[in-house]
Amino acid sequence: MKKIESGNVAAALGVKLSRVQVVAAYPITPQTPLTEKLSELIEGDELKAEYITVESEHSALAVCIGAASAGARAFTATSANGLLYMSEQVHWAAGARLPLVMCVVNRGVGAPWTVWNDHQDSISQRDAGWIQIYVNDHQEIIDTVIKAFRLAEAVSIPVMVCYDGYYLSHTYMPFDVPDEQIVDSFLPEYQYKHTLDPQNPENLNTVTMPFARPDRDGVTQPGYMDIRHNLHVELGTAIPVFEQIDAAYKEAFGRGGKPIMSDYRCEGAEYIVVAMGSLANRIKDAVDELNDEGVKVGVLSLHLYRPFPRVQIIAALENAKGVIVIEKALSYGNEGALFGDIKAALYPCEKKPFVHNYIIGLGGREIKQADLYDSIKASCTASENFEDVSRWIGLNR
Amino acid sequence: MTNPVNLTAEEFIYPGNRACSGCGLSTLYRIGLKALGRDSIFVVPPSCLTVMQGLYPIAATQIPSLNVTFASTAAAATGVRAALKARGKENIKVVAWAGDGGTSDIGIQSLSAAIERGEDFLYICYDNEAYMNTGVQRSGTTPKGAYTTNTPIKGKIQKNKDLPTIIAAHNPTYVATCSAAYPLDFHNKILKAISLKGMKYIHIHTPCPSGWGMEERLSITVGKMAVNAGLFDLYEVENGKKTLSGPSAKLLKRETLPRIDEYLKAQSRFRMLSEEQVAEIQAEIDAKWEKYRQEMA
Repeated sequence: MKKIESGNVAAALGVKLSRVQVVAAYPITPQTPLTEKLSELIEGDELKAEYITVESEHSALAVCIGAASAGARAFTATSANGLLYMSEQVHWAAGARLPLVMCVVNRGVGAPWTVWNDHQDSISQRDAGWIQIYVNDHQEIIDTVIKAFRLAEAVSIPVMVCYDGYYLSHTYMPFDVPDEQIVDSFLPEYQYKHTLDPQNPENLNTVTMPFARPDRDGVTQPGYMDIRHNLHVELGTAIPVFEQIDAAYKEAFGRGGKPIMSDYRCEGAEYIVVAMGSLANRIKDAVDELNDEGVKVGVLSLHLYRPFPRVQIIAALENAKGVIVIEKALSYGNEGALFGDIKAALYPCEKKPFVHNYIIGLGGREIKQADLYDSIKASCTASENFEDVSRWIGLNR
Repeated sequence: MTNPVNLTAEEFIYPGNRACSGCGLSTLYRIGLKALGRDSIFVVPPSCLTVMQGLYPIAATQIPSLNVTFASTAAAATGVRAALKARGKENIKVVAWAGDGGTSDIGIQSLSAAIERGEDFLYICYDNEAYMNTGVQRSGTTPKGAYTTNTPIKGKIQKNKDLPTIIAAHNPTYVATCSAAYPLDFHNKILKAISLKGMKYIHIHTPCPSGWGMEERLSITVGKMAVNAGLFDLYEVENGKKTLSGPSAKLLKRETLPRIDEYLKAQSRFRMLSEEQVAEIQAEIDAKWEKYRQEMA
C-alpha cells in the first residue's frame, strides 16, 4: 500500500508491522511525532503493545532492557541529548546482548542548544557495541526498521536505525507500506534464549571477573574480556547476516539488495564521495553536474557504519584515485569520524587513493548545492599538496 | 501470621554466599524469598545484593534476577512487568530490590515515575544508611552525625532524607517500613504487599556491622534498639493512612521509651557525636512519639 507520510510515521508503521510488544519513550524533538504516532496506534488498538511513558531516556532504554530480558520485543526512539542521557544504557543493552531496535532521529547535541540536524549524537555512540544503520529516505526507514528486528534477533545485538531529523523525519514522501502478512512470515515471533524465567532461573548481567572461572559443575566459563570479545566477533558476523536478511526481504517485497552501502555512478569513477544518510542523496545532484563536465565521480552511501564493513569499503574504494568523505559529525580535536575509519581501512591497500574530508551542516547549518559541488570539484582537481585536514564548509553565514 | 514454626523450611539462597558476617541484608533476603516464593523475578541495581547473589558463573540465588544500571531499577522492573503482561504471564511477581543509595539518591527519579504511572510491582529498599558496597560513603539516608568515609572528620552534617514518607506522598498502593531485626514482620508485610495490585514499597532498616562499626553478633540487637527506642518506626501506609505496626505499635502504650544513647554507643560511626547532638536526637524522637500518641493512641 502506497502512502505519503513523514519519515517519523514511516518508522512508526515499521514498528507496528514488526509487532513490537513494548514501547517506551520520552519526548524529544525531532523524534516526537514518531512516538506520538506509536501511542496513537497502541491506544487505538491497532498495535497490541504496552506503551510506557517514562520520565527520561535513561528509563526508556531501561524499560526496553527489562522487557527484552523478560522475553518481549521492545522498541524506543530518541535524538541528540536524549541519546546521550541514555548512553549508559546504550552500552548496557549491547553488553547484555539484547535484540532491541532504536530509531535515532539525528540531531546535533548541546551546548549550545540546537534542535537541528547533524550526526554527532549517534556517531558519539559508535563504540557502544550496537549495530548502526544510516538510511537515506522514507522507504528505507520503514523497510530498515523491520529488517533491523530480524537482524537484532538473529545476532542478539541491538540495532540503531539512524535517520536525519527534519530532512527525513518531518518531510512527507511517498513510500510503500509492506503487507502485514508477508512481514509476519519474514519476521517470526520473538524468542530470546536468556529470558528471565522462574522455571529456569538465571542471574543475568552479574559481576564478572577479569579471569575465566569454573561454574558449579567445574566447567570453565568466560571472564569479562572473553564476553566482550564475543560481542566484537559476533558484531562482525552481523555483516553477512544482514546481507542474507536483506536478500530475504528483497525476495518478499522486491526492494533492497544493497544493505551495506549503495553506490551511484561509482562504476568506472575516478573519484568517490562517501557520505551517510540523506546527505548522500543530496550529493547525487553535484555528482551529476560534475560528470556532465567530464569529472568521473560517484557517490557511495554507507548504510552500515557499525560493524564497520572494512572489506566492502576497501573493495569499493581501493581502485579510485581519490575518496572524498563528507560528514555531519567529527571526533573533536581530531577529524571526521567516518574519514578516520576510511583512511584506516585503506591503509593496507597498495594503491592508496587520497582521502579528503569535509565537515558540513552541523546543527542544521544550510548545505548549499554549491558547497557540495565546489568541495567535490576542489578535491577532484586538487594538487598533490592538498593539506590533510578536515575542511569545514559553510562557516560564518 | 508467620511464626518460626510455620515459616517454610525451603531455602532460596544457598549458604556460603558473599554476604559479610552479621549482614542484615542476608537475613532479609533469606526470609524475604520465603515469603515471595519461586514465581518471582528480581531486578537489582549495583548494591551489596549484587555481590551476595553471586559472581558469574556462580549464583547464590535460585530466583531469576536481572542486574541493571544504578539509576534504572524501577524502570527496568517496569519493563519486566510490561513483558510479562504482553506474554500473558501476569502471575509472576516482579520485585525490585535496591539499597538506600540506589533508591534515595540515584534511583529516586525512575522510582517516582514508576509510582506515578501506577506500575504493578514490589520495590524493596534495604536501608543500611550509606553506600556500603563501595566502602561506606554517605547517602541520602545516612543519619546526621554519622561517620562515613566521605564525611571522615565532622560526620554527616545534614539530616537523613525520610524516604518512606517521600514515597508515601506519591500515594502508592502500599508502603511499609520494616527492620532486619524483625524478619517475620518483614515476611508478613511482603505477603500483604504481593496480595495487592499496583505499586508497593517496603523500606527496611538494615544493620551493617562493617559500615556501622559494631560487632557482627550485635546486628539484630542494635536493629531492635533502633525500633524500641523509637528512632526507626515500623508502620504501614494504605489509602493515605499511616498505622504503626508490630513492635512499634506496642510502643504506643508505653509512657517512656528506652533512651537512644545505647543504640548510638553500640556503633563506632556515631563516636563523634557530642552530648548536645545526642540530646538533640533524643528530643526529636520524644517529639515524634508525643505526636504519635496524640494522633494514634
